[in-house]
Amino acid sequence: MPMEQRLKDATDESGARQRATLRQELPLLAGMMLVWGALWQDFAIGNLVFGLLISLVLVRVFRLPPVILSGRFNVWRAAVFAGAFLRDVTLASFEVLYLAVFRGPRTTSAIITVTLRTESDLLVTFVGHVLTLVPGSYVVEVDRRTSTLYLHVLNVNDEAGVEKARAAVMMIEERLIRMMGTKEELAGLNAEKSAPGKEHGETP
Amino acid sequence: MLDTVIDIVAGTFMIVGCLMSLAAGIGMLRFPDLLSRLHAATKPQVLGLFLLLAALGLELRSWAVLPVLALAWLLQLLTAPVSAHMVGRAGYRTRHLKRETLIADELAAVVEAAEQREEAEHGRNGNRDRADFID
Repeated sequence: MPMEQRLKDATDESGARQRATLRQELPLLAGMMLVWGALWQDFAIGNLVFGLLISLVLVRVFRLPPVILSGRFNVWRAAVFAGAFLRDVTLASFEVLYLAVFRGPRTTSAIITVTLRTESDLLVTFVGHVLTLVPGSYVVEVDRRTSTLYLHVLNVNDEAGVEKARAAVMMIEERLIRMMGTKEELAGLNAEKSAPGKEHGETP
Repeated sequence: MLDTVIDIVAGTFMIVGCLMSLAAGIGMLRFPDLLSRLHAATKPQVLGLFLLLAALGLELRSWAVLPVLALAWLLQLLTAPVSAHMVGRAGYRTRHLKRETLIADELAAVVEAAEQREEAEHGRNGNRDRADFID
């Protein structure tokens, strides 16, 4: 999405609804159809078609703003992302358990700023969701205009810990861009990797 | 033989899953302020629920329940971060935090800047409890 459009959307207070086209709603419809099948525990064609019809009625009656997808999805990167996510969640869960039992009231934390590379609302939401699901960090505040997340991070003891937490968030974003970012974001990421020494995610 | 192995794995999953609930309880009691207690209140359930649902899937030995279990976990994944964010945001804005437990607070500078901008535009007014530092 171009920057002007983003700024316009972010400051738009007219309350006018943007309408999603049928093509933009396809992933939502497919998802709702599968939920219907899962709830009935029946994935027969007839049941799925009926679920699709109900989904169509629902998205017509309860309109949602359009979700802008990048048009790219890498299945292998998605598997890498899922594996890394499960590993992070497991390790961090035991870390929080350790902190609760042994450090308790002496646990220190920090509120840090991370400026993401991406400009897409969907990716910012995704990064925020994923890092909130991994124990030890959650989003306190979001600045949509600059894709900036303000996070509360548990168990940060010094300046080095702040940098480590920032690097972890940039890593989550990198995995997500490789999985479903736009071509431009991916090219930017590769350029950044091939030209080391350029720091991202720093506070301006 | 296989049944025994599956039972043992499922049992381990259940115990570790319950351990995560215990971690949440201990964390709620022991962490120093609202912002750090939120970590204990919302997160261990991501892994805890996953392990309990996985144990359920193993014990029921039926492929038909897998989509429902996956759906239950996914809905938890969708909603837990939203509640953590809303409570954390409200907690920060109403200043329910202990400054001495924070090593760094990079959001404070943003709040400060918004206060100064406000003063420059409208002059000083009595209300210092800003709740709209990012619009």
